[in-house]
Amino acid sequence: MTVSQLASLINAKTLTAGDPDATVENGYVCDLLSWVMARGAQGMAWITVQTHLNVIAVASLHDMACVILPDNIMMDETVLNKAREEDIAVLSSPMNAFSICGLMYEKGLLGPET
Amino acid sequence: MNAHEIYSVEQQDYDRAGSASAAIKLLLRQKGIDKGIIRRVAIAAYEAEINLIIHSEGGKMELTIDDDMITLEVYDRGPGISDVMLAQMEGFSTACDVARNMGFGAGMGLPNIRRNADDFVMASRPSIGTLMVMNFYLKPQDDADKRRMGI
Repeated sequence: MTVSQLASLINAKTLTAGDPDATVENGYVCDLLSWVMARGAQGMAWITVQTHLNVIAVASLHDMACVILPDNIMMDETVLNKAREEDIAVLSSPMNAFSICGLMYEKGLLGPET
Repeated sequence: MNAHEIYSVEQQDYDRAGSASAAIKLLLRQKGIDKGIIRRVAIAAYEAEINLIIHSEGGKMELTIDDDMITLEVYDRGPGISDVMLAQMEGFSTACDVARNMGFGAGMGLPNIRRNADDFVMASRPSIGTLMVMNFYLKPQDDADKRRMGI
């Protein structure tokens, strides 16, 4: 599944495009950044309610496919500019994190390999 | 291949957190380093950078790339750690509320560094500062090499 297909699946607004054709390889949901640093992976779609600059840093260091904000959460323009600079897609979905995970899982996406 | 760079990191500078690690990652990419090694260095560097921001009075990250390995030395101007062993235990953290609200302070930084570096040593003295040295091998190490290095 590509990032743009995932955006349609979860009815998300694309806040920054990143690479819409990038393949989403796995998913994760967590708001502890150190935890995500330890378990993040390339091609990950990361669901978080955190919206500060360090979210983009973590996503970028892991070469993630996208960051997903649930519950219509938005990000400040400063953070979105950083996401554009780092070419990270940021999606905002009206669904909650649980429902987003459910839909992704239904489409065959799993957590990262451990 | 060889390179030597120094990056300054200031205390409580959350807005620039990750910029030194991002610069390190970019440099390693430009040097054509293996992607798996870049990932490990980037994770360890980011955790060290965040530690400098949250816990230290500011410090530096010194990256050295030679033919055989990448070394990252991280040192600060204090305040030092009284119990280095305790600080390295997974789940232990002295992070402030600001850091915790941002999703840091899970007590995973130092264990994460240890997990990603091939060698990791850390020394600290209260009121002086903390030094961490990490090595990442670019070539497979044989047992004889490791014995010589006391690993």
